[in-house]
Amino acid sequence: MSEHRPNTEGKYKWIGTRPERPDGADKVTGRARFGADFSLPGQLIGKVLRSPHAHAVIKSIDTSKALALNGVKAVITAQDFPDQPNLIVPTGEMQVNMRDITRNIMAREKALYEGHPVAAVAAVSEAIAKQALSLIKVDYEVLPHVIDVAEAMKPDAPILHDHLLTEGANPPASKPSNIAKRIEFKKGDAKAGFAQAQVVIEKDYTTQAVHQGYIEPHATLASAAEDGQIQVWSTTQGHFQVRGFCARLLGLETSQIRVTPTEIGGGFGGKTVVYLEPLAMRLSQKSGKPVKMTMAREDVFRASGPAPGGNVKVKIGAMRDGRIVAAECIVEMQAGAFPGSPVGPACMCSFACYDIDNVYIEGFDVVSNRPKVAAYRAPGAPISAWAVESTLDILAQELDMDPIDLRLKNAAKEGTKTAYGVTFNTIGMVETLEAIRDSEHYKSPVKPGYGRGVAAGFWFNIGADSSAASHVGEDGSVTVISGNPDIGGSRASLALMAAEELGVDYNKVRPIIADTASIGFNFVTGGSRVTFATGLAVVNSVRDMIRELKVRAAKIWKIDPEAVIWEGGMAKPAGNQVGTFEPLSLADLAAQAGRTGGPINGHAQLNVTGAGPGFGVHCVDLKVDEDTGCVHVGRYTAAQDVGTAIHPSYVEGQLQGGAVQGIGWALNEEYIYNAKGKLDNPGFLDYRMPVASDLPKIETILVEVPNPQHPYGVRGVGEVPIIPPIAAVGNAVARATGVRMVDLPMSPPRLSEALDAARPMKMAAE
Amino acid sequence: MSEIQYQSAKTVKEAVKYMQAAKGKGYILAGGTDLLVQMKSGARSPGVIVDVKKIPEMVTVTEKNGSFTIGAATPAAVLGENKKLRKTWPGVIEACNLIGSTQVQGRASAGGNLCNASPAADSVPALVAAGCIVNVAGPTGKRKIPVEEFCTGPGKTSLKTGEIVVSLTLPKRPKNSSDAYLRLIPRTEMDIAVVGVGVSLTMKGDTVADARVGLGAVAPTVLLVKDAAKALIGSKLDDAALDAAAAACSAACNPINDKRGTIKYRTKIAGVLLKRSAMIARDRINGIEHRGHRPV
Amino acid sequence: MAKIHVNTTINGAPTEFLCDANQTLLDVLRDNLGLTGSKEGCGSGDCGACSVMVNGRLVCSCLVLAPEAQGMKIETIEGMAEGDKLHPLQKKFVEMAALQCGICTPGFLIASKALLEKYPNPTEDEVRYWLAGNLCRCTGYDKIVTAVLDVAAEMRESAR
Repeated sequence: MSEHRPNTEGKYKWIGTRPERPDGADKVTGRARFGADFSLPGQLIGKVLRSPHAHAVIKSIDTSKALALNGVKAVITAQDFPDQPNLIVPTGEMQVNMRDITRNIMAREKALYEGHPVAAVAAVSEAIAKQALSLIKVDYEVLPHVIDVAEAMKPDAPILHDHLLTEGANPPASKPSNIAKRIEFKKGDAKAGFAQAQVVIEKDYTTQAVHQGYIEPHATLASAAEDGQIQVWSTTQGHFQVRGFCARLLGLETSQIRVTPTEIGGGFGGKTVVYLEPLAMRLSQKSGKPVKMTMAREDVFRASGPAPGGNVKVKIGAMRDGRIVAAECIVEMQAGAFPGSPVGPACMCSFACYDIDNVYIEGFDVVSNRPKVAAYRAPGAPISAWAVESTLDILAQELDMDPIDLRLKNAAKEGTKTAYGVTFNTIGMVETLEAIRDSEHYKSPVKPGYGRGVAAGFWFNIGADSSAASHVGEDGSVTVISGNPDIGGSRASLALMAAEELGVDYNKVRPIIADTASIGFNFVTGGSRVTFATGLAVVNSVRDMIRELKVRAAKIWKIDPEAVIWEGGMAKPAGNQVGTFEPLSLADLAAQAGRTGGPINGHAQLNVTGAGPGFGVHCVDLKVDEDTGCVHVGRYTAAQDVGTAIHPSYVEGQLQGGAVQGIGWALNEEYIYNAKGKLDNPGFLDYRMPVASDLPKIETILVEVPNPQHPYGVRGVGEVPIIPPIAAVGNAVARATGVRMVDLPMSPPRLSEALDAARPMKMAAE
Repeated sequence: MSEIQYQSAKTVKEAVKYMQAAKGKGYILAGGTDLLVQMKSGARSPGVIVDVKKIPEMVTVTEKNGSFTIGAATPAAVLGENKKLRKTWPGVIEACNLIGSTQVQGRASAGGNLCNASPAADSVPALVAAGCIVNVAGPTGKRKIPVEEFCTGPGKTSLKTGEIVVSLTLPKRPKNSSDAYLRLIPRTEMDIAVVGVGVSLTMKGDTVADARVGLGAVAPTVLLVKDAAKALIGSKLDDAALDAAAAACSAACNPINDKRGTIKYRTKIAGVLLKRSAMIARDRINGIEHRGHRPV
Repeated sequence: MAKIHVNTTINGAPTEFLCDANQTLLDVLRDNLGLTGSKEGCGSGDCGACSVMVNGRLVCSCLVLAPEAQGMKIETIEGMAEGDKLHPLQKKFVEMAALQCGICTPGFLIASKALLEKYPNPTEDEVRYWLAGNLCRCTGYDKIVTAVLDVAAEMRESAR
C-alpha cells in the first residue's frame, strides 16, 4: 500500500491535494505538441552525417556533390561554427566546456566516438537530405580507440586529447592522458579509523553506461531571419540554456534568439545540453528557410548523452556493534569523449547518508571514445551508492545485523558534517529508514525462494535562478507565468502553490510556460529544482501581486495599504479600527483596476538557495530462477523524505519512475560496444528498459520532513528515487541466492554465470 | 522521389508474377514487422514490395482431415484467436504469439517470421517440432519444403527468385500428443529469443512414443535436434532421459557470443528449456493446462 | 516514381492522401495529415508510442506501410474523445496522474482501449502483458496499470 504522511494536516486548502493537471486534456487527446510536432511552412529537413569510426582524424570533408544535389539548400561542417574558448559553463548539475561543446555538436579535428556529427545538410525532403549525406566524402585517418575506463587510464592508451593534462594530479601531470581530473574529499583520518575498526569490508564494483531512455527523441525547428533574429522550438529541459549555448556557438546575442520550449517527452537530465539546435539554426541561417531536425532512436543512443559507467572501490570499517568508523571510496568514471563526468557528485553522495568520522574519497574523470555523458537523474550518485550500499549489506550480514538497524545506527541527521564539507540542516534520513522499518512490506515475512534487499540514497537538490510573473485578468482570474518546461506535472504543483498563496480555487489559476523572450531567465528543469525554486519564484510573484492588490483596495477604501490584509482570496480591512468595508475579491479589484492604477501584476526573480537534501530508502523482494539467472521482482516499496508533497500523486510518480529506472539499470540496461568501438545495441529492442510486465506495483511512502528554507517546506524529489534501487536489487539477489553481484547489469547471462561459479562452493559448504 | 514500387496482389499467381518481374529485388509484405524495420535501417532495399494480405488463402486458416493449413500472412493474433488450432497446437500458437508485442501480434505472421530467416525466430522451433511443411508457389509451380530445411543461413532461405511461401501445413495430430515452446529472454516481453526450444511429444501410456525437438538462436538456422528426440523416445521422461535430451540440445548448439547472450549461456539454456518444454508438453497431454508465457 | 493515391477512413472520416511506396502510416498521419498525436519514439515497433487501430486491430503505425491503408479503417488518438467528452480512459489517466511527460500517453490510451474492448475484465498481469509493447520511462507503469484496471471496473459496473 502506498502511504502519504503529511506533516501539514489541515494547514492548507490546496497543497497536498490531487487535482487534475492543467495540461491533462491536451496530453490525453494528442493535442499537446512535442518537439517533432512543430512545423513551419516551407521548412527544410535537416540531417546529420555521423562518424562511423570510434576515433579518427578528419583529414578533409568534401561537400560539393551534396551541395550540387537538386533540393539541397545548405550543408555545414565544423567550419561553419567559430571555435570556442576553454570556458566552463553550468548545464544543470554538470558543467560543460564551450571548447568541447562546439566539438561535440560537430567534430572538428577528430571524430571521437561512433555517431559523432561530422556534417549536416538541409534539403526539401528527408529523402533528398539522406541522399545528400551519402554524397559527402569524409577522408578519415582511423586511430586506435579506447572504450573501457580502466583501459583508458593506462599509460599506453590511445590519447583522445593532446592538450589534456590531469587536473588535480599529484604530482602535477607533465604529459597528456585520458584522465581529465582527479578529485578528493577527506574528513577525519581514514587510516586511523580503519586501524581502529573491528570489521573491514572491501569490494570492487563495475557499472556500465546507461541511457536516460526518454521516449521522445531530440527534435528542433529553427527559423532564422535575414536580420539576424532566430526563432527556435526545441524539446529541452532548459530553453534558456539552449539560447545561451547557441548564442555562443553561433556568435549571436541572446536577445537575437527566441526559444520556445515544446512539450517535452522525458529528459531525466539528457535534455539539458544542445545537439541539434545549433545545427538547425546554422542550416536555417545558410538556407534562409526554417529547418526541422529530429534524431532517429539509433542516433539518440549513439550520440546523445548517456550516463557513465564506472569502477568503484569501497572499503568500510566498523565496530562489532555496527558503528562505522572509517570509509573509503574510489571512483573512476567515464566522461565520454570530453571531460566532465559526474564523478564529483558520485564522490560527494557516496557516504552522505551516514555520519562517519573518518572518510577518504577519491575520484577520476576519464575520457574515452564514447558519446559525451550527460546528466541522468542524480548524476553519478546511483553508481557510488550501488557500491557503498552493497558493501553495507555485506557488513550487515557479517555483523548479523538487520540492514535497516545498521543504517539507523549510522544515519546522518541534523548537524552531521558531510565529507564534502556541508553540515546538514533538518533532514529526514532517520525518518525515511524508520518508514521502511515500520512498513507492512518490511514487517511481512519474506516469501520462500525470495530475497529481500534494502538500500538508501542521498541527493543534494538544487535551487538556482528562477523568474516568475503573475497576472490578474480583467475578470479576476489569474495567470502564473514561469520558464521551466513541465516534464512531470510541475504546472500543477506551481498552480497549487499559487492558489494556496492567493486563497483562490486551483482551477482559477492558469500556469503558463513562457518562451525565453517572455519571462526572465530560468535555469534548467533539473536538479529537482522546479517545484522548489521556481515554486518559490511563483510564490514570491504572487506575494508581489497581493501587495499590489492590497494597494488597490486601499486606494478604493482610501486607507493606508498597511491597513489591508489578504485573506481567503479577498482584500479585507486589517481590523475594525481601520473602518468597515466589504471585502474585495480578485474580480472586484480587477473590475476597478483601470481606475486604481492599471493592470495588476506581480513579479519575482531569485537566485534560490536553501535547497533541502533528500533521502530515500527502498525495499525489494525478488526471486532468481537459478537455472537461467532471470530475476522476478515480486514486491517493491520506495520511501522518501519529500519535504512537503505539493501534489502527492506526482510525487509518488517520481518515486515510482525513478525506482523503475533503477531496476532497469540494475538488471538489464547497458551500452554494449563491439571490438570496433561501435555501439551494438542502439535501440529499444536490445537496450532493455523495463516493460510493464517486468514489474510489480511500486508502493510508495511519502515521508514529510519540511525544508525549513521554503515557505511550504518543499524539497526536490525527482532524483533521489533512482539512487537506492540498484543496490536494493543487488542486496536482494545476494540474500535470495547467496551470490553477491559486483558487476552491472545483473542480466540473466551474468547472474547465471555467477550462480554456476558459486554452486560448487555452496555445495562444498553444505 | 521513391524508386520503390508497391503492389498489392489479389492472387498467389499475381504475387509470383510481381516477384518474378522484380528479379530478386522483390520483397513480400506480410505483416511488415521485420521488413519495415530493415528498410528503415537500410538493411534491405526493395525494388518492389508485394503485399500479399489481400490474397484470401494467405490470410486464412483451414482444417482438412485434422491437418491445419495456416495462410503464411495470417497475423499471429488471428492464429491465437482460433481456439481449435490453439488447442491442437498449443506450442506452435504460443510461439507465434510470442513474436513481438500486442501491436506486433496484430501484424506479424508465421510465414513472415519464417521467411525473415532469423535463427532466433520464435515460431520456427515450434514449427520444426511440429513437423510443419512449407507450401511454396513459384514460376514453375508449387513445391513443399520441410520447415527445418527452409532456412539456409541467417537471413537466407531456399526460396528461388519468384517463389513465395503461401502457407504452412501442420500434420494431423495423433492421439495423446501435444507440444510446447519456451524461449529465454532477459525481460518478460519485447525481446528476441536468446534460446528457443520447441518440443512436440506423442505418448503411449506414460512412455514417449514419438518426439520432435526444434532449437532456435543457437546456430545459423533453427535446428531439428534428432538426438534429443531419440533420447526422449521410449522413455518415461525420467530425469536420465531428460538429462540426455538436454545434453543433446546443448551438444547441437553452435552459437555465437553477441549482445543477447554468450556461447556458454546459450548452450546451457538450450538444455534447461528442453527439459521444461518437454514437461509442459507432457502436462498438456495429461490435460493439465499451461496457458503459456503471455496471459493475453 | 509517381505518388500513390490512397483512400482510407480515419476516425470515421473519409480521407485521401498521396504517399510514396516506402512511407509508413505514421509518417503520413503526422507529416501529410497533421495528426501528430501518434508519436514516433523508435520507428521500429519497440515503444508503442505510435499505436493506432487498423480495421479494429491494435498495431504500431510505424510498422504499417502507408499504401496499405487503402480501404482500411484507422483510429488514432485524435478520434478517442467524442466531441468534448473524453473517453473514460482519458479521464482516468488525468485524474490518477497516469502520465508525467505525456509522450507515451496516446499510445497507452489506444492500446488500453483495445485491451478493454477485447478483455473487459483483465487481471493486473493481463494488463501488464498487453501493455508490454508500450514503453513509459516516467511512471514506472504503476499508475497507468491502476488507471486501466479502475476504468475496466467502472465500465463493467456501468454496463450492468
